[in-house]
Formats: sequence, C-alpha cells, structure tokens
Amino acid sequence: MSDKDLEDVFRDEWGRLLALLVAQFRRLDLAEDGLADAFESASRTWGGAGVPASPAAWLLTVARRRVLDRLRAEAVAARKEPLLLVEAEVTRAASAVRADSGDLVADERLRLVFLCAHPALAPESAAALSLRLVLGVPTADVARLFLTSQATMAARLTRAKRRLAASGAPFSVPTGSERERRLETVAEVAYLAFTAGYAPATGSEVTREPVAAEAIRLARLLRELVPGEPALDALLALMLLQHSRRDARTDADGLPVLLPEQDRSRWRHEEIAEALALLTPWVGTVPTGLAGEYLLQALIAAEHGVAASPEDTRWDRVAGHYAELERLTGSPVVRLNRAVAVAESEGPEAGLAVLDGLDGALPLSHRVPAVRAELLRRTGDSDGARTAYGIAIARCTNEAERTLLTRHRNALDAVPGDPVESPGDRDP
Amino acid sequence: MRYFVTLAFDPGLWAEASADDRQSYHRAHLDFHEAVAQRAHLVAGEALAGAEAATTMRHVDGRLTLTEGPFAETAEVVGGFYLVDAADLDTMTSLCELLPAPYSIEIRPVVQVEGLETR
Repeated sequence: MSDKDLEDVFRDEWGRLLALLVAQFRRLDLAEDGLADAFESASRTWGGAGVPASPAAWLLTVARRRVLDRLRAEAVAARKEPLLLVEAEVTRAASAVRADSGDLVADERLRLVFLCAHPALAPESAAALSLRLVLGVPTADVARLFLTSQATMAARLTRAKRRLAASGAPFSVPTGSERERRLETVAEVAYLAFTAGYAPATGSEVTREPVAAEAIRLARLLRELVPGEPALDALLALMLLQHSRRDARTDADGLPVLLPEQDRSRWRHEEIAEALALLTPWVGTVPTGLAGEYLLQALIAAEHGVAASPEDTRWDRVAGHYAELERLTGSPVVRLNRAVAVAESEGPEAGLAVLDGLDGALPLSHRVPAVRAELLRRTGDSDGARTAYGIAIARCTNEAERTLLTRHRNALDAVPGDPVESPGDRDP
Repeated sequence: MRYFVTLAFDPGLWAEASADDRQSYHRAHLDFHEAVAQRAHLVAGEALAGAEAATTMRHVDGRLTLTEGPFAETAEVVGGFYLVDAADLDTMTSLCELLPAPYSIEIRPVVQVEGLETR
C-alpha cells in the first residue's frame, strides 16, 4: 500500500474509528493515542505484509489492543482494584460495541462532533480539537492554521481534552431545544476553523488553503450526519463560495487581489455551482438566528460568484442582502460592507452616508477609513482620501494589506480617473 | 458526577430587588429544586449570610490570624451553593438555567480524596 493509499484510509476512517473507540472506552486521550499508534503500525507493516482484507477492522483491533494495554498499565499503577476485576471489565467493554453497524457509527461520530464543539471549551480550542479528533488533521497542520507552534497547539489540545474529561462533558447527542443551540455552536466552530485559514491578523501570509479545505470537509460531514438543517447547508455553501476564489485571491507576489480585480476564470466554477445548488431550496425562506446569517452571507457571496464580471454584479441585490443581515445582527462590520454595496449601486455619496457613525463602533478597524478613502477618491476629494488612507495604513496590522493601501494612496497623485476599485470589497 | 455549584451575585441584589423580582428569584429556586428532584439528586444547598458576616482564617508568618470579611474583594460575592449529583455537565447546565438570571454560576466537579470518601 502506498503512502497515498494509507492517507486515503486515514482520511476516510479516522473519525469513524475514533468515535467508536471513545464510545467504548470513554477516554478521548487513550482513544486518540491508540488510534494514532494503529495507523503508525499500519504504515510500517502494510507495505511488506500486504493490506489486510478489511483495513478498518484491522486498525480498530490494533487500536483497541493499545488502549487496553494502557488501561491495564493504569490499573496496575493505581493498584486500586484486583487486576482480574479490571481485566473482566476491559473484556466486557471490548465486546460491547461492534464496528459494522452504519447507523451506530453515524451516531457515534455525531456524539464526537458534539463533544469536540462543547460550549465548555473556548471556541478556538473547540475548532482545533474538532479538526484534530473528528477529521484526524495532524497537530502540525492545526497549529499552522491557528498561526501557532506545534508544541503550543499540542498543549492546547491536551488541555482541551483534559477539560472535557474533568468538567464532565457528556459523549452524547443533545435533545430538544438544547439540540438547536448546540448545533449552532457546532456550525460556528466549523466556520471558525475555516475562517482561521483565511484571515490572519498579522504577518505576510494571506491564506492557508489546504487547512481551510479541511474545515470544508468538516462542514460536509456535519451535513451528512444532520441532514436538512438550513444552517449547515448555508454554511457549506458559504465556505465553498469563499474557497472557490482561492486561486485568484493573491497575485504572484503573494499580495491580496481584491474581488473586482480577480481573474474570474480562475475561480472554481464547479464549487460555485455546488454552492448554488445547496442554496436553491432555501432562497425565499426567512430563517432567523445563525441559519439566517449564514444564508444571507452565502447569498451575497453567490451574487459575486455568478457575476461574469465586476460590472455585472447585481449590487442592488447585494445591498438588499446586507440590509437584511444588518437588521438581523446589528453588526457594524455588516454596515461597513453595506456601505460598499450601496456605493456601487447608488454612487459614492450614498455609500459615504451609510459609513456615518461607524468610526465610533469600529475605532480600531482599518477598513472603515480604507473604504472612506476610496469613496472620497471617487467623489474627487483627493485630500480627504489621502487623510483617510493615512489613518487606514496606520491601523492596518497585515503586511500585505498595508502594502496595498500604501499603493492606493500613492496612486492618488497619479492619473485621475483610474479604474475604480473598492477596498472594502474583500471576500466577506 | 457530583457538582459543587456556587452562586455569586451583587451583594445589593436582594435588598434592591422589587417585590416582583424577589418573588421570581424565589420561584426560580423552587423550580430548580423540583427539576433537580426529577433529573438529578440534591445532596445539599444553602443560602449564605452576607460577606460582612464572613470570617477569614489564614496562617500568616506561622501564626493563625482571623480577619473580617471574605478572602477576595470582588464585585460579586458568593451568596449560596448547591451540591448536586448529576449525570454530566449538560444536565447540570440545563438545571442551572432555571436559577435567577442575575447570578454568576460556577459549576465545578467534586473530586474524591482518597481516605476521605464520604459517599
């Protein structure tokens, strides 16, 4: 078996097998270590001895043996109970869960999803833990996604697992009204994992797509496990639409390319089509809460996705979606984006009017002055634009974006009547 | 698991509450008791006198000293507690949702200390 094949088995089986092990032994730490050992052992032996008939069953057996060894070792160390008693318990546990029932496994995976995204964890820890345990993303990659060292991430994951065990967080699927609330947390955690790959606060790296793609895998799995949820359909659509632009988002120098200037032939149109198909059943519905937020954000991204060129964008519709989103969330960031859309559909003065009063709500944001600068430039107020760019540059902590803002400010003194662009018009 | 639930709130909460608010806080505790009786087990629970009645004991430089008041000066003061046996954290949080909204509630698992088992 090639490394590639083993990697495929790993991706397909990790979460399923881990969920089974957790269900059986109720120990996240031992289950994870045991399964990692089993995969490691597979990579050593399958090449020479050949691949077993059922790779998943082989892995589960080896992992169980590892966990049982550890449990025995712990029991001996604790010297609390006679060894035979432990042995009997361990044997009973080992035969309690069978691996072959599809429904049972889906249920176990869902329990694992809810456990990793438990509200007792900080959202970032929950996102990291979900990628690591539900999908088996290596700790080094999770660390890269959250811009931290592998050692720091390993410590954070260990802390999160300990906290789940110590606080008594259950390995179960919540029911009733609690289920809705917890599903929202799960969706938020998945989206946080995704956006972490796209929105670095500092540094020069603009995206870390391969790990963002893992978050999409998480969203797909959630939809599979909990079908018919508007929040999850909209979430996956939103992720796909944003992710579809990955090849066009940066130029050869690694600088961000704003939406209007992106080469739309480099967008992944099959992903856009998939997203549109996900959204179609929900268009015209009015979900509230998180489902409504994701749906409106996805519809906005879809308007961009279907426009053949920036000029073809239906800015009136985009502005309408933003207005609804602002009503739903009251978010000043949404208002900022609405200002850009309104400027595009009704002119820069109308956009500037929407910007009024935002500085108080977003005092540290570089995007408010950046948008104002661009809109002032379009009204012909170069001095006002220069001042606003200065404020934006001073506040911006991302190297790549700062370079771009500086370039725009310097261009003010060049040819008047350059093609327009809107600094606020980054991907949402 | 056994959980120790501390209820902290602004010391003036009760004194400044309207008759209706007091009624609703009282009702909230009754609802909590009823729900715990159905879905968990109440081991103990008490309301505490104000922080001005507290006495703090400390060993300072090898000598035992007594001081007035609680050991931490905070805006919110512990005003009561519950000790509950519940299946897990989710059960405990859903029960504690019944308690008065102005409370800050800390839910902490109890650990067994070998040689001091009481259960």
